[in-house]
Amino acid sequence: MLSLGSGGGKSAKPSFVSYVTPEEINSEKDTPKEEKHPDLLPGEVVFCSASTVLKLTQDELSQRGTFGTLLCTNFRVSFISDEETGEETAPLFKNKLYGENDIPLSCVDNIYGGYEDKRKLVTGSQVKNKYPSKIIIHCKDLRVFQFALTFCKEEDAKRIFQGIVHHCLEPKSLKNIFAFSFCENTAFPEMQMQQRTMMFDSAEDWAQDLKRTKGSCRLVTENANFGLSPNLPQYFIVPESVSEADMTLFQGKGLPIWCWSHHSGCALFKTSNLPLQQEDNVPQSYMEKMLTAVAHNYLYSVKTEDLSDTLPTVQDIQLSYSKFKQFFFIDSTTDFWVSDMKWFSSLDNCGWLDIIRQCLQKAMEVVECLEKENNNVLIMEDGGSDLCCVISSLAQLMLDSYYRTLQGFQSLVQKEWVAGGHNFLDRCNQLHLKDKENVSPVFLLFLECVWQLLQQYGPAFQFSETYLTVLSDSIHVPVFSTFLFNSQHHRASILRQADSSHSQRGTLNCPTVWDWSVQFDCKAQQLFINPLYAEKPKLDKSMRRPHRPKHQRQLSLPSATFKTPPKKGFFKDETDSLKKILRVKRISRWMLSPDSPQPSSTSREFYEAWQRKPLDYHGLLLPCLDGPAVRIWMQRYLRWIQEVQIFGGGLVTVLSKVSDLLDEVQELQRQLDRHSSSLTSNHQRPRPRPISAETDSRLSVLLSSSFPFTTLKNNWSYKPAIPTGLLQSLMNSGNLADTEDDDQESLVRA
Amino acid sequence: MEKSGSIDSLGSKRSSSRQPSVDSLSSASTSRSDRSAQAKPPSAMSSDSVATSTELSPELRVRPKAPAKVLRDSSKEEPQLLPNEIVQDMAKDVTYICPFIGPLRGTLTVTNYRLFFNCIDRDPAFVLDLPLGVVSRVEKIGGASSRGDVSYGLVCKDMRNLRFAHKQMDDTLRKSIFEVLMKFAFPVSNGLQIFSFEYGQVFPENGWKVYDALTEYKRQGIPNESWRITKVNDHYELCDTYPSTLVVPVNIPDEELKRVAAFRAKGRIPVLSWIHPESQATVTRCSQPMVGVNGKRSKEDEKYLQAIMDANAQSHKLFIFDARPSVNAAANKMKGGGYESEDAYQNAELVFLDIHNIHVMRESLRKLKDVVYPNIEESHWLSNLESTHWLEHIKLILAGALRIADKVESGKTSVVVHCSDGWDRTAQLTSLAMLMLDGYYRTIRGFEVLLEKEWLSFGHRFQLRIGHGDKNHTDADRSPVFIQFIDCVWQMTRQFPAAFEFNEYFLVTILDHLYSCLFGTFLCNSEQQRVKEEIPKKTVSLWSYINSQLEEFTNPLYVNYSNHVLFPVVSLRHLELWVGYYIRWNPRMRPQEPVHQRYKELLAKRAELQKRVEELQREVTNRSASSSSERAGSPTRSITPVQTFV
Repeated sequence: MLSLGSGGGKSAKPSFVSYVTPEEINSEKDTPKEEKHPDLLPGEVVFCSASTVLKLTQDELSQRGTFGTLLCTNFRVSFISDEETGEETAPLFKNKLYGENDIPLSCVDNIYGGYEDKRKLVTGSQVKNKYPSKIIIHCKDLRVFQFALTFCKEEDAKRIFQGIVHHCLEPKSLKNIFAFSFCENTAFPEMQMQQRTMMFDSAEDWAQDLKRTKGSCRLVTENANFGLSPNLPQYFIVPESVSEADMTLFQGKGLPIWCWSHHSGCALFKTSNLPLQQEDNVPQSYMEKMLTAVAHNYLYSVKTEDLSDTLPTVQDIQLSYSKFKQFFFIDSTTDFWVSDMKWFSSLDNCGWLDIIRQCLQKAMEVVECLEKENNNVLIMEDGGSDLCCVISSLAQLMLDSYYRTLQGFQSLVQKEWVAGGHNFLDRCNQLHLKDKENVSPVFLLFLECVWQLLQQYGPAFQFSETYLTVLSDSIHVPVFSTFLFNSQHHRASILRQADSSHSQRGTLNCPTVWDWSVQFDCKAQQLFINPLYAEKPKLDKSMRRPHRPKHQRQLSLPSATFKTPPKKGFFKDETDSLKKILRVKRISRWMLSPDSPQPSSTSREFYEAWQRKPLDYHGLLLPCLDGPAVRIWMQRYLRWIQEVQIFGGGLVTVLSKVSDLLDEVQELQRQLDRHSSSLTSNHQRPRPRPISAETDSRLSVLLSSSFPFTTLKNNWSYKPAIPTGLLQSLMNSGNLADTEDDDQESLVRA
Repeated sequence: MEKSGSIDSLGSKRSSSRQPSVDSLSSASTSRSDRSAQAKPPSAMSSDSVATSTELSPELRVRPKAPAKVLRDSSKEEPQLLPNEIVQDMAKDVTYICPFIGPLRGTLTVTNYRLFFNCIDRDPAFVLDLPLGVVSRVEKIGGASSRGDVSYGLVCKDMRNLRFAHKQMDDTLRKSIFEVLMKFAFPVSNGLQIFSFEYGQVFPENGWKVYDALTEYKRQGIPNESWRITKVNDHYELCDTYPSTLVVPVNIPDEELKRVAAFRAKGRIPVLSWIHPESQATVTRCSQPMVGVNGKRSKEDEKYLQAIMDANAQSHKLFIFDARPSVNAAANKMKGGGYESEDAYQNAELVFLDIHNIHVMRESLRKLKDVVYPNIEESHWLSNLESTHWLEHIKLILAGALRIADKVESGKTSVVVHCSDGWDRTAQLTSLAMLMLDGYYRTIRGFEVLLEKEWLSFGHRFQLRIGHGDKNHTDADRSPVFIQFIDCVWQMTRQFPAAFEFNEYFLVTILDHLYSCLFGTFLCNSEQQRVKEEIPKKTVSLWSYINSQLEEFTNPLYVNYSNHVLFPVVSLRHLELWVGYYIRWNPRMRPQEPVHQRYKELLAKRAELQKRVEELQREVTNRSASSSSERAGSPTRSITPVQTFV
């Protein structure tokens, strides 16, 4: 305050404005506030703190902020307001681990220092004695915080800034991640939900999934202690004819791992590419052998697809996402309206939606091979655990309605991503490594694709949009074992080390993210359930396919087009000329089909043929990928932005109505049961009170479109967001704009 | 024991209650409402639709035989004709070149109302049924080809183009069916009568009675101590584009109104559109002042605006919203028009809303059609959409209306809204602001009243903007101003899905009949013309049709929160292209209303359960009365079939 007080006071520039005059500060400071501490979690330690920090509200016009204490712990950056927060506004959807003013350290995306009127990206703790007057923190869950340090003691300001920068940006070792101190100090009851989420860390889970899909492959248990290869999962499934020697030959590379079996018998496999340029012929003959093994699975057919060649790389994905996310870090209202002008083209140019479309497209092609042609499919990729995971899990979601239930979805993530060895630790950069080459939001990309399916076919999914949003946030809460390791082997070795150092406590028991009770109470977890979900009718087979005139497509192609034209280079058909093709190291669809005008033209037909049939929410689902159908995940990306909150509106108003009605129906059902039981026992019970759903539904009017992520407004009155800078309209309307509305004579003559 | 029993069943029933009923989905009632949810063009407009079902319930015969139900009998080659609809020509072996399916060969029928194409050698049969009013232009494409085919293109007003081909006539004297079509598609240009005047359907409801100006003003509490109803325009002498009933400040006598009219373009003086029930802040509308290059002033006009301000005790300020970009407003001075100078109008603040004129809008929609029809390019879709500026225009209009609503609601300040003539942008702004401010207009009848009042009675020039029956498709007076308004309404229904009594199908139906020329509602340019042409006597109102089958148009999720003001988000982040209207011809865009569907299913289930609970209660009562019985099994059995309700 001493040195920077003047700086803060004088700067009337737009980018940093002190909203409080020095007089105000003095009055604020009259009442000395003792430092506050948040309710620390077990194992949480405060590193540093500073009082009299001003947390600025986003809205620059309101000129408001809140004074409080800023702390940095081994878990989070936390701001505790000096103002007594009204307890009456207890958030409905409270996260038990962190509050609305807390940022888990791994959730910090970027830190900017506000110096006078400039804003500078802070890259590391090379900051020595200088510290900015304002810390701006962009979070990975898209929140933006601005803290002014102008009013705190110089040494406090310096310390908190350096502390935050150090703990958020500097590389750390895995052991220093909060999960480890948290779990050491917490006893988690055995997860209840786990009963139904298959973790795929046991042979039984794999056997069960194989049995469920009626697959006929071989379950390998010899790697339980990673004796075969550390690169392979503990348990996995391979085609029948693969021998144990095959599994160890290239440390698991090139080995086709079973993902899912289609009811026809064909199956989906994934593999990582073999190292290139081997002098001898071993890899080639090995690959041939593996392909033959896959082909033998069903009717000697196999199609391969190298995803490294046909989909964006993990670096492309990272680059695109880092551009995309910037659109949602809104620093000010002016920013917001300026960026609104070019909203659509900005979105288009960053390519994120296009990557989503490409992934869904590719998954649809895989589905086509399995569903329509009943071919075995082998997808491959250099590492075998990024886009392979995306595509295989998307294909399974489209094909198998089990994975569209909450437990099924969690099992799918366990199977394909966690057991499948997706490098969560590196991809999510949980260790804040400076070398960002391996960082890429691949799992988020998958969730984005799932969201697209969810918004197109709501009734097909048991889980809600809120569930997906929370799951995407949880990646950056450094508590869950799910996202902390690069593979099962990695996990096992780390936990073994941890165990040996803390042998007295036994096995470290980190919760998985699926243990939702760690973060949310039961009531909040209700919001994970999609009220539109149409549960699978447990009816006999003859009733399985409801005839729904609504979805009867009204057009049908001339019969000629039902026959698929021979595919050119699309998913290489290996059956005839296996050997010849194998000479081509990379089998790419596009390379071999320069004459196919639009990549999607073949699967267009597949989609259209599917679309003509009645829609069965428990059957095959294919996404519509036409321009308007691929959208922005509004809830995730727009939830914190004040300007786009629709008060009293949004989908939540109707979903909550449906939910209420659903509750009512269930309550009636209960009444019915009670009555029948009272009939049975032949004595009357007091009539149950009618439930209050009717009155509750009025409340939905008071929600905002950001529900449940922003707190409820107490009253209806608020200021609508009125665009500023309308005059800057970028439209170039040419001469027409100058023409008078009803000046038709001049126009016609001209 | 009893307790644990109920807990068990709680779990199991919970899951069963989520199950969709297979039966209900295929039942006739659901499928009917589903059709509406699909936003299929109502009625006669159902293009590219296949007559699948043969439902023709007796109830529908009594009902409007109108459009919708006409095409159920697919065995016939001819359309089922409306009253007084006459087949004018018929041609076999015509090819319809469908952009989505490919060429289809069938029979083409032209009546005085519609074009009907039927291809029966496919399963299911293909039917294209389109009111001729939709046709904007017909052109012969190229000469006769080598194979002797002649090809015709139909450019439609509803975002599609149709292409047909048929063999060159052997008999050169015989006219092509498309020449016949041209005659009946443009009756006005060919000295014929628009079909509305012949359509003789009788509906149970009379839509011409929906709007009565006095009743509507009475609903608003007018007349009151500050506002009076004047008869000065009874014979449209003060202003021939205004309605006969006008609401003006109490203390301005009729004589002075005439002098104010002299200073306002086309005599369109400021009159009240809406008054806030509590604050008495008002929305008034008018045309631009005739300021001219010399900055002419009118004492009467200034006094008049002062009177509008004084009528609202809550505020000592008046906002004048000029819908135009300021440059255009200034340019109007050259032609004698202009805007209110703040010198002349004390206490008034002038705000420009930057909404472009009808020509810009027409061009924008044309570009939009290029982008969405027939196919959508996947890559760069958003950039292409942006380049049409269509949503940007929607944003500006909604933003303008939002500012008006905000001033009236939050600022308790009266506002005056005008553009140049006050019948295009002004109508958009006042009606949208009223929709935000007053829940009544968000009901079906209220919305009909809103259209009748702000658009029809205040002289939005529908005839000119749409060009009913007129072949002059290049007419610069044509513009999608009204479509834009309906689009804005749709955007609001998207943002507040429970705040409107009507559904998307209602909006699409209005737009379809904007062109169809089946109903008289959108004919003519002003109330005066409609009275002169005796439209209410000679034609049927669209509201007769709609109000006779309200359930088709009702939003099941409607919550009547009429007291709430709706402030939509006008950022492009929340605006989206109305796929259900602009891209509905593309079969790949599957229409979706899962929420509505699910809600209706649950409603049916609730009703079923309630019935059953009541039955059981009755049974319990009876039993305890007679205190007999041991038939414990039966009630349990009655629960099980719950899954297959209705």
